[in-house]
Amino acid sequence: MTVEDEMEIMGQRLHEKIKNIFGRSLSIREVDAGSCNGCEVEVNALSNPIYDMERFGIHIVASPRHADMLLVTGPVTRNMELALLKTYNATPDPKLVAAMGSCACNGGIFGETYASGSGVDRFMPVDVYIPGCPPRPQAIIFGLMVAIDKLEQKIRKLEVKA
Amino acid sequence: MSEEYIEAIRKKFGNLILDETVSNNETYLTIKKDDAVHICDYLYHTLRSALLSMFATDERARDGCFKIHYVFSCKGDAFIIIQIKIEENLPKFTTLTHKIPSANWYEREIQDMFGLVPVGHPDPRRLIHFEDWPAGLYPLRKDFDIRTKPERVKGEYIYRRVEGEGVYEIPVGPVHAGVIEPGHFRFSVAGEPILNLEIRLFYTHKGVEKLFETMSIDKAVFLAERVSGDNSAAHAVAFCQAVEKLAGIDIPPRAKYIRTILLELERIYNHLGDIAGIATDVAYPFGAAHANRSKELMMQLNEKLTGSRLLRGMNAIGGVRRDIGDKKEMISKELDSLQKDFRELMELLVSSPSVADRIETTGRISTEIAKGLHVVGPVGRASGIDSDIRRDHPYAAYPKLEFKVPVSKEGDVNARTNVRADEVYESITLIRQALSRLHEGEIRKDSGKIPDGCALGYTESPRGETFYWVHISNGRIERCKVRDPSFCNWLAIEYAVLDNIVPDFPIINKSLSLSYSGNDM
Repeated sequence: MTVEDEMEIMGQRLHEKIKNIFGRSLSIREVDAGSCNGCEVEVNALSNPIYDMERFGIHIVASPRHADMLLVTGPVTRNMELALLKTYNATPDPKLVAAMGSCACNGGIFGETYASGSGVDRFMPVDVYIPGCPPRPQAIIFGLMVAIDKLEQKIRKLEVKA
Repeated sequence: MSEEYIEAIRKKFGNLILDETVSNNETYLTIKKDDAVHICDYLYHTLRSALLSMFATDERARDGCFKIHYVFSCKGDAFIIIQIKIEENLPKFTTLTHKIPSANWYEREIQDMFGLVPVGHPDPRRLIHFEDWPAGLYPLRKDFDIRTKPERVKGEYIYRRVEGEGVYEIPVGPVHAGVIEPGHFRFSVAGEPILNLEIRLFYTHKGVEKLFETMSIDKAVFLAERVSGDNSAAHAVAFCQAVEKLAGIDIPPRAKYIRTILLELERIYNHLGDIAGIATDVAYPFGAAHANRSKELMMQLNEKLTGSRLLRGMNAIGGVRRDIGDKKEMISKELDSLQKDFRELMELLVSSPSVADRIETTGRISTEIAKGLHVVGPVGRASGIDSDIRRDHPYAAYPKLEFKVPVSKEGDVNARTNVRADEVYESITLIRQALSRLHEGEIRKDSGKIPDGCALGYTESPRGETFYWVHISNGRIERCKVRDPSFCNWLAIEYAVLDNIVPDFPIINKSLSLSYSGNDM
């Protein structure tokens, strides 16, 4: 199976999910909280003509205020911590947080040091972890699908409570 | 060789040299602290040696002092390293920035990480630490525990102010609109034209140099790959070469060729990404899609060859971990189609008047500015600096291969695009040559125990010269200084944007292809 075929199958499933829950698209704000830029290479790759994630309803937005989800990379450095929290607070509820890459998941090779914060979940609730150094584009898509399922559960819980 | 340089220094400053040691192509001259400025100035201005790096080491345990090292490049593949000692009770040294402008950030880095003060520095603000970092804590001192979590203190960062009627400021970042790394840009503008830009970086400072000191040598290769993710191969090879040099390991020829192929594959996908970025930023999505497609195909090739789209996990001390010789045919087939596609892409870009209109004369960096700041890599070459580590200080299989180093004098976005395009063609021919000479043989030598010592390792990454200075003691890394090319190139953006309009900033930024992570570490 070629990469294109893989994407077609995964992408259609993703598209269905997004349509059911968000109506149109899942809006993502990516935050680099101190990554080595490897993860950014792969997030950018999702926009190239071979993956072209916009066709499945995934949209990178310029402001956290327009976002359904924060896609956070990097171990969360001391110098990015404040900016990340501000971005989190600026994202409207209900929101999703995805920790992308080994560093965002648990600090990765950078671990816990004077400058590095050993992962996103030390600073905010994380809904889905996408491991990999960096995760391949297919892995990111898969992670997004898991995250969307989780949001569906969240919404259902809210409905039951109401 | 460095002999004539050393001879000239001896003649002029003979009585000032306290100690002289030579190892491989590196000559270490220890001099008195107060003489550093004169000798460095003489090396730089009279002998025309470039200042490649400058860093400090904490040798209080062994020699009872700190040391500062100034690394100069000499013609004929040699390096001169000037060393000065600094006593702990007088942690000061005279700034070199007035003589050599490129010393600017190195000195501020030393001030933040070691607490050694460059006296007379024109901009003594903090560089790496933010205003909330407590005074008196210096992470690279040996008595600083890497796991310390200093409290945040109150403080203020003072930006340069431009004042006047109709002048206002535009703050941008650290979280940007696109998918890029974090940094803060503060523009002072009057209408559209930019009067001043101040950059503030180090948001992604992860303590990499300190982290090196806690790692085994083998594991440190993986850390080197993660200093600047898209330049993984160049960083890993530079680190490995430093260790191999000090241990006297001559890696097998087959490993040299494989490394060369990896380094050129890295250059190709990076340059394709930069050209795609420039096309995106001038609102030419067709060209961008074309370039991004080619980049993706190259990254898929990377994965097929190495198991990693970013060419990670291939390099090790003593050679490479995996053979790619059985995939020769796949590589040359991919290169054939890349060459055809890339030619078409460049024809499209060159023939589009709307592209030319946006990139010609935009973001100009004069040769004078580029030389002063020691701008490196394709950006430097586009501003008339004819330097390339692959040719000037050859490593891996480069001495056996033929290639041209494209240079342009214009210094604008157009020149930088063209230099990169020419380099893509050169990389294709380099890989073809390397493939044709890939003889049978082993790919890795056993490194054995690494002896004590220090050495420089260097590569020409897609962004330019990448330096590692590694000091090994008792089989552990005592100090590893990393100098990413972006550390040299970042300041150039403050000059490149002057008199340009704000909407052209993204194109200029992209054309400089700066790594935040490699700079901040």
